[in-house]
Amino acid sequence: MAEAEASRAPLVICEHCDSVYQRPVLARKQTAHCQRCGALLARGRRLSTDQLLALTMAAAIVFLFANTFPIMGISMQGLSNEATLWQTVEALAQGRITLIALVTGLSIIFAPALQIILLAWVLVHARAGRVAPGFRACMRALEHLRPWSMLEVCLLGILVAIIKLAGMLEVHPGIGLWAMSMLTVLIILIGGRDVRGLWDELGVGRP
Amino acid sequence: MSAPPYAGELGLQLCHTCDKVCLLDTHECPRCWSVLHPRKPNSLVRTWALLIGALILYLPANLLPVMYTDMLGNGSESTILSGVIEFWRGGSWDIAVLIFIASVVVPCIKFFVLGLLLVTVQRRSRWAMPERSRLYRFIEIIGYWSMLDVLVVALVAALVQFRALSTIEPRLGILFFGLVVVLTMMAAMSFDPRLIWDAEKNDVR
Ligand SMILES: [Zn+2]
Repeated sequence: MAEAEASRAPLVICEHCDSVYQRPVLARKQTAHCQRCGALLARGRRLSTDQLLALTMAAAIVFLFANTFPIMGISMQGLSNEATLWQTVEALAQGRITLIALVTGLSIIFAPALQIILLAWVLVHARAGRVAPGFRACMRALEHLRPWSMLEVCLLGILVAIIKLAGMLEVHPGIGLWAMSMLTVLIILIGGRDVRGLWDELGVGRP
Repeated sequence: MSAPPYAGELGLQLCHTCDKVCLLDTHECPRCWSVLHPRKPNSLVRTWALLIGALILYLPANLLPVMYTDMLGNGSESTILSGVIEFWRGGSWDIAVLIFIASVVVPCIKFFVLGLLLVTVQRRSRWAMPERSRLYRFIEIIGYWSMLDVLVVALVAALVQFRALSTIEPRLGILFFGLVVVLTMMAAMSFDPRLIWDAEKNDVR
């Protein structure tokens, strides 16, 4: 009986308190909240597969810019120096504290890069109406990467560093910084839960 | 308005990875093939362990220097708090407040809230359940902003590298601080907020 119930009426379960509801039909930008604990239950899909793919491609390009060009530069008594994202991570890779360089590298370079690559892979295939090879692994990886992608924190960190250094020397923002800002917005748009819509859209796992 | 049923009562469980509603007696999500658990496994023990680990590391994170600054031959080390005080004295009180919130207030709120949630869940307390749910979601959102100081130290150390004039280097404290952030994030992830509501049910585990 439970079997029939699970497959017939589309249900949602609140991940914060285990309450069960009929799946609400939501328009774009509409949200449904759990009446027991108040958590977000479901959200109307904001971006279609085409839009997600377009933004993912844009993110890939901006990512290359953000990682190629210096984030910012400083100059002091005729000397100057610049730093890219990678050099920022490298600055922490010193002897005993190298472990923290790995965490930082994950949060500002590798996690966003993987998000972009995996999204591009599943979305390119989805657009052609196919289920990408390794679809399940990609979707699971995307869920697990989400909390470790911290570009917005990095952006605030850059701002603080600029103010910190501006007191003693000259600071100039680089091309990488503008690319970083755009990348942060794009990752927030594409890295969300909209991609979960692909499960239903492609009918994966449906008997 | 009657209260909605719990998934367990209907013989259902949620797949945490893909949101699929699954039957309670299945062990693998038929859609995404993730392993299913009605509740996160060993949630309380894991959360306690990670929380205590983070608390222990929080001491060296605050006591040890996080940064070494060499200005024209004058070297000095600074800790997280001395960095905040320096900003404050330098007149940038807004940045001082920002770093203080990210590096001190946020981790302390996380320690306190996670401890509170763990203790109340273990006592099967029915006190303020919606509010405790909201508290959990709050610390889930604010957690990773504590990485701010790590990133600031990394950026500054990457930039200020003028051999003769001035150099800035990271120090051991930043490793401990980063680990505190990672451990508290993992602690928040391993806590299962549904345990708060299990106090309402009679036949739990
Ligand atoms: Zn709920």
